[in-house]
Amino acid sequence: MAVSKADVDYIATLARLSFNDAEKEAMTHDLNEILNYVEKLNELNTENIEPLANMGDRTNVLREDKPVPSISNQDALKNAPDFQDRFFKVPKVIG
Amino acid sequence: MEYELVVGLEVHCQLNTKTKAFCGCSTEFGAPANTNVCPVCLAMPGALPVLNKQVLESAIKLGLTTHCTIAPYSIMARKNYFYPDLPKGYQISQYEEPICSEGYIEFDLDGEKKRVRLVRIHMEEDAGKSIHDIGEETYIDANRCGVPLLEIVSYPDIRSTKEASAYLQKLRAIVRWLGISDGNMEEGSLRCDANVSVRPKGSEKFGTRTEIKNMNSFKSVENAIQYEMERQIEVLKSGGTIVQETRLWDADKFETRPMRSKEAAHDYRYFPEPDLVPIEVSDELLSLIKAELPEMPEVRATRFVSQYQIPEYDAKVITTDRLLADYYEEAAKVCGDPKATSNWIMGEVLRTLKEKAIEISAFPIEAKRLGVLISLVKQGVINGNTAKEVVFVKMLDEPTSPQDIVKRDGLAQVSDTSAIEKEIAEVLSASPTQLADYRSGKTKLFGYFVGETMKRMKGKANPQIINDILKRKLESV
Repeated sequence: MAVSKADVDYIATLARLSFNDAEKEAMTHDLNEILNYVEKLNELNTENIEPLANMGDRTNVLREDKPVPSISNQDALKNAPDFQDRFFKVPKVIG
Repeated sequence: MEYELVVGLEVHCQLNTKTKAFCGCSTEFGAPANTNVCPVCLAMPGALPVLNKQVLESAIKLGLTTHCTIAPYSIMARKNYFYPDLPKGYQISQYEEPICSEGYIEFDLDGEKKRVRLVRIHMEEDAGKSIHDIGEETYIDANRCGVPLLEIVSYPDIRSTKEASAYLQKLRAIVRWLGISDGNMEEGSLRCDANVSVRPKGSEKFGTRTEIKNMNSFKSVENAIQYEMERQIEVLKSGGTIVQETRLWDADKFETRPMRSKEAAHDYRYFPEPDLVPIEVSDELLSLIKAELPEMPEVRATRFVSQYQIPEYDAKVITTDRLLADYYEEAAKVCGDPKATSNWIMGEVLRTLKEKAIEISAFPIEAKRLGVLISLVKQGVINGNTAKEVVFVKMLDEPTSPQDIVKRDGLAQVSDTSAIEKEIAEVLSASPTQLADYRSGKTKLFGYFVGETMKRMKGKANPQIINDILKRKLESV
């Protein structure tokens, strides 16, 4: 299950990251190391074991459909790198 | 060669819950930008989503109504992609183990019953709104982030544009009837993508499909599919092959065109949403929800025919909308004349709704007032024409009770035989020619005499009494 440089390119594109050649090299190496480490889990026999979707054993944690106050527009925009009037502002997305 | 159209539809239906799918922010439409937001729907670190109970119940209601299997165990999943109106960088949706699967929707088309099977119905959240057309930047309003949606995926069972539109209309009628969505396509509460392909008629194998997006009315769904079918047939006939791609419908240019491949290239890397616990639907919960389901349109129409003795056609029309059916039953109960009520709905009420382009919920005459108006006719207080042409019209503009309008405007029906007899005598003596013609066999002139008498009595006379007296007088000589 080796990670190739092409895999790194593809994952980087999906994650909107860009790397130079040296970084790609290092990333390929690291990702392979990580996968090898996790590979150890495959030594376990998981036959007849249901996939785990959640760490806890609770189900049906639900809310009633009752509105609670939202935060203010000012607070909502506080962490935004850029905003104007009531809106978040981002680089032009060509629609 | 003759080709056959093959279509499957993916419909997103916005639920009408008060709060979002995973947080308590209001879903109210039209709030100022970025005011119905909180740490959960803005994806602040550490904020945790909790599923809205109403969303789960709405999904189960739609699943039960469309004959789906409701999963006893179901999980939410993350669908990962980057877009500025998706603050988390993923959409909470369902992938494996959706809440409903393997159902069907049946509808009538040109007198035939058609069944379209459903692959699945799953719960997910909406994205925010991007505004591209002001200035050099894109503006984001996150109010819609996290608003609950159901995605309804059909099998490729649809064979014509008409079927596609009929399927959608039926689905819209169902969600409205269940009261889980307003189903408004133009306002985006119902959004539809179509998977379209063609194949040689008689062939079992599916052709390569394209996915058509951006259709926001029933008409544009029909137009877009029609266009795409013709385009594909053209490509195949000239020896080409269909490329599997996503295409956008342009209603102004009346064509579909491919989205740039970069936009269409998706690798969503779904995985189970660790922030939300699995959902278990017990038999108990299922029977609770079943008990809450309203009487469905077909069942209600059948009951109307047998209980109220109204024509099947009328019953079907009245049960196209649950609120209209409720309105009918309430008005019928008030006046005690279900047949007359059905006539009023089929006539005056539906005509007015159409003229004013409104729904029954916005109709100015409440069911009770209409019921009282009908009973005034039944009791002979006013005649049918006065009711339709005068009192009903006034009631549209003012909240006054029909009795008060009748009293105020002096509209009560005149049933005084001697007064009517006097007017008839004058009509007959003023129309010697018509009288002679009548006697010589032109019995159609009876209506003329009725009309003249009614005119003299300002439309308020009891038509039955006019008929009786006139008949007697004309036959007596």
